[in-house]
Parts: sequence; structure tokens; C-alpha cells
Amino acid sequence: MEQYSGNPAKAAALVESNQVHRDVYVSQDIYKLEMRHVFNNAWVFVGHESQTPEKGDYFATQIGDQPVIQVRHKADEIHVLYNRCPHKGTKIVIDRQGNTGKFFRCPYHAWSFKTDGCLLAIPLKKGYEGTGLKQTASGNGMKSVGAVKNYRGFIFTRLAQDGISFEDFFGDSLSSIDNMVDRSPEGRLEVVGSPLRYLHHCNWKMLVENQTDTCHPMVAHESSAGTAVKLYEELNLPEGAPKPAAMEIIAPFMSPYEFFEGMGIRTWPNGHGHTGVNHSIHSNYSAIPDYFEAMTKSYGEDKAKAILDENRHNTVYFPNIMVKGPIQQLRVFIPLAADKTIVESYIYRLVGAPDELTARTAMYNRMINASTSIVGHDDLEMYERAQEGLLVDGMEWVNIQRLLEEDENFDEVSVHNGTTERQMRNQFNAWAKFMTYDAAKTETAE
Amino acid sequence: MTVSKDQLIDFIYDEVRMLDEGRYDDWLALWLPDGMYWMPLEYKQEDPINQTSLLYEDMFMLKLRVERLNGVRTFSQKPKSRCHHVIQRPFVDEVNGDRFVTNTSMHYVETRLDEQQLLALTARHDLALVDGTLRIAAKRVDILNSDAAFRNIQLLP
Ligand code: FES
Ligand SMILES: [Fe+2]
Repeated sequence: MEQYSGNPAKAAALVESNQVHRDVYVSQDIYKLEMRHVFNNAWVFVGHESQTPEKGDYFATQIGDQPVIQVRHKADEIHVLYNRCPHKGTKIVIDRQGNTGKFFRCPYHAWSFKTDGCLLAIPLKKGYEGTGLKQTASGNGMKSVGAVKNYRGFIFTRLAQDGISFEDFFGDSLSSIDNMVDRSPEGRLEVVGSPLRYLHHCNWKMLVENQTDTCHPMVAHESSAGTAVKLYEELNLPEGAPKPAAMEIIAPFMSPYEFFEGMGIRTWPNGHGHTGVNHSIHSNYSAIPDYFEAMTKSYGEDKAKAILDENRHNTVYFPNIMVKGPIQQLRVFIPLAADKTIVESYIYRLVGAPDELTARTAMYNRMINASTSIVGHDDLEMYERAQEGLLVDGMEWVNIQRLLEEDENFDEVSVHNGTTERQMRNQFNAWAKFMTYDAAKTETAE
Repeated sequence: MTVSKDQLIDFIYDEVRMLDEGRYDDWLALWLPDGMYWMPLEYKQEDPINQTSLLYEDMFMLKLRVERLNGVRTFSQKPKSRCHHVIQRPFVDEVNGDRFVTNTSMHYVETRLDEQQLLALTARHDLALVDGTLRIAAKRVDILNSDAAFRNIQLLP
């Protein structure tokens, strides 16, 4: 296998306008470069503010391969710190969430740190007198990430100290998060319970690409959605009888190609994009009593209608999350290795809206995103077969040219036929950009 | 008592044997039409509706699962998974007229291709005696490490 370490330009050359080389999925070398360049320079999702509502509340996760802690330092201030003791490296917290009180205390030698990371105390401190501890990185406490942004409750970080601003990175794509939050009559979301955690033996990018792959549902999910439709027809229920819940959630996956073509795909700069410009599989959910009234009361009828008429399906935020506005879900694809990805699927409650909406998103989550979900089984099977199939030598390129146009310009926002693979190309364009981001920075500096 | 303790215990043994032998039509026939199968996501979870679970399924979903296992285009079951339960003698926790509650510890093994996974779990059965036959009114399966990251769990513990 090729060597790429220290050579991100060679890695970026694995992306061509209509295809990508299999090494982007199978090479552990590439994985390491992605962690150092893409996940270091992009704005990456950490968690939701409601996961750490009180002072001292923390939540431990990872950004790429970097363990971090999201912690509430002040009522209106959330920090993101690396989960590593500056003394000898011990992870400061090991549970996924909790409250640390006024400070973190390392369990090994009891160095302690304020919740913004500053060094608070060291036992037997005089042992360091005159040793120049202050001049070392260890003497400054827990390391902070480069930048943190709380966007309407969603916490993002850029690990790198300098680089692209949050606004420039996301641009208009934030409209999908806006729509999800606006669906709360109070404009506020709250996380509900723990996320589903689903382990896949495949590359993280396969999962991200699949979020806008509109040519697979009616094929790969025929076994679940197709069987659901068949069983429903056999029930022969009288006109107007309530449908089984599964029919509302799973059956739309069997929609024909024309449906997905018409739904449309929009791409934004820096690798973001979404399906469901015109309609989506979420469009025909039954109305929930009292919800529209609550929305009208908050926003007025016109704006309430505009918010609820937006039926975006999956919005991909490069590099590794997907948001479903109409049902308040967020999935994060955490890369553990070239061939190992953990998917965490969160649901949120629309503050001020009826509980039935929470029940619907909880149902969607377990039916579609769980390791026990039949729809999940369909997908995982495809990813893992691809991960293994890609090892074939002599045929090393993955094709992504459905509805390819000449000289595609990913720096502009554009809308296309819903079965285009343009969003996948858009992601790889951003991937190549961020893989070579540091090299480009050095060149400009010279 | 209308049903003996032994009959309740035998019922649980018979049920897992049906699952292990893939006799799903017999298994579905054990259920009352409004039965619900629940597998919580969180340790000691109380609410199946307004938060995420691994499973919370009515008869339509359970039938769909069973039907899907044999579908010609069910690629994740080519080849098929197999499962195996080792169960401890069930506790009979409640006897209430025609309603009964049992609690059973199990080790559940599921395998496909070269992989095999072991889950430790506790199953609570709500059983009802209907027309002289024991039926499942509800089943709750708590996986010991339900909050861990799993790969596929394709069959039913
Ligand atoms: S490793 Fe943390 S105090 Fe020593
Ligand atoms: Fe899928």
C-alpha cells in the first residue's frame, strides 16, 4: 500500500472530479492525515449545550481521534478542553458525563484545574520551585481547543488555533440548524436521553456519503421497507383506519426514483449539503394536535407555516454530522480508524411543543438508527461489503459521477436533481481542501 | 392457582427454544395482539415512548422482522444469523389471577459468518392466561451493557 504520511498533497490527489481512489477509505495512513488536517482545521460538532446545563457539568467525547471535554464554566460559558492531564497524560474524566463541581482533579497525583482548564493547585508545590515549570506546557493547565462556537445551542470547535472562521466555514448551510431550532415554539432544543451508539467496520466517509445517497433506499432497504408495505397491504385495513407506526417511518424508503429525483439536492461551499429541497420522506407525517397553534402563537401564522413547510431530509455538515430538521435528530460519525466508525444518534425535544413530537423522533431513532434496527442492518451490510470489496487490486477507483457536470464549482450554492452525487463530490472537494490546508497556509506565509 | 409455577417456567424455556430453532411462526403465536417487545437503551430506563430505546415494537413490527429474515433481498441475512440462549431458571415474581410476571437471566449468543457476540441480559415477561393458554402480553429485555456501542444485533434475544 502507498505511503502518504507527511504528504497531504499526495493524499489530495486521490480525489478526481468523477472518482476517488480507494485509499481514502482503506488507508490507515490517510486516516491519520485526516485527523491532523481535516479534523484539526474544520469546525467539528462537539455536543449540545443542554448536555451540560449546570456549572461544572461536563460531557466527554472525541473530535476525530482527540479526546475532549465539553464543560460549563460559567452560566453562559462553555469550554472545550483536551481530556488529558498536563502532568503525565491521564484522562481527567472517563465517564461520558457528570458534574465536576468547581474544578477538575486528576485522579493520579491530584493536580487540579479550574473548569476553564487553568492550573489551580499542585500538591507539594515547592517541589517545583525554581524548576521552571511555568515555562512548560504542563505548567499551564489543561489544554484548550483552538476555538469554540455555540450556535443556537450546538457546540462546535476548531481544534486549530488559527484558521477559517465559523461563519465562513458554514455560510448559509446554518439554515438547516435554524429550521430545526425554529420548530420549537420557544426557539430552544433539549437533548433527550443518551444517543444510540452503533459500531461499523467501515470508513466514516461511507456513512457520511450515504446520507445523501438517494439511489439506495428502494434497493438496499427493499428488505425492510418493501416488506413493510407488503405486510400492510395484506392487512387489508378499511379506508381511514390508523396506519401502523412503522408505515409512517419505514415505508417512505420505498418511494420510487422519481420521488427522490424531484426532492432535489442543494450543495453549499466547504462540503455541506442537503437532500429534500422541495419535499422529502418527512413531508407527509401526520399533524400533531396543538402544535401548529403553539407555533402560530410564537411566530404568527405566516412564519409558522414557512418554518413547518421546510422539509429538508438530511443535511450533511462536513466533515462528520448529519442533521434532520423535521424530526430533531443529529447523527455524528466518529472515525476510530480507517475501517472503524462509531455512529451516535441523538434526539432533541422541541421546548414548548407537545410530547408527541418527541415520541415520533424517539420512534424514528430506534426504527432507523439502532444496532437493532432492520433499516440499520440493511445499510451496515452494504458499507462493510464495500470496505472489504475495496481491497481488490487493479480496480482501485470509486465512482461518484452520477449527474456530473463540466467544471463544477463547489464555491457556489446550487440546487440539482435529487439523485445527483454532487454532494459526495462536494464533500471530497472540501476534504482535499482541508487535507492541504496547512500546506497552503505555509506557502502563503513564505 | 390456575397455572403452576412449573408451567410458567416451562413457558419461558419453550419460548427461547423457539427462537433458537428459528420457529418464528410458533413464537409470534405466543403473543397477544397488543403485545409490546421493549429493549431499553439506558440502564433502568423507565419511559419507552418519549426517549430512545433499542426496540419498542408492536406485532406489526415483530411480524415485519420475522418476514424480513426470509426475504429474497434481505442481504444482511445472506448468510443467516443464528442465535443461542442459555437461561437461568426463571423467577416467578408476581401471580395475580390470570396475570403473571417472570424474571429470567440469560446469556444470548448471536453469530453470523466469522463473528460471534455474547450479550448478558435479563428478560421480564408479562404473561396472561387467555382461554386456557399462556400468552405474552409484554416482554422487556435489559441488556447488561445496553449503552455500549454494538454492531448489528439482527435476531431477537
Ligand atoms: S498525571 Fe495527572 S496529576 Fe499526575
Ligand atoms: Fe440507508
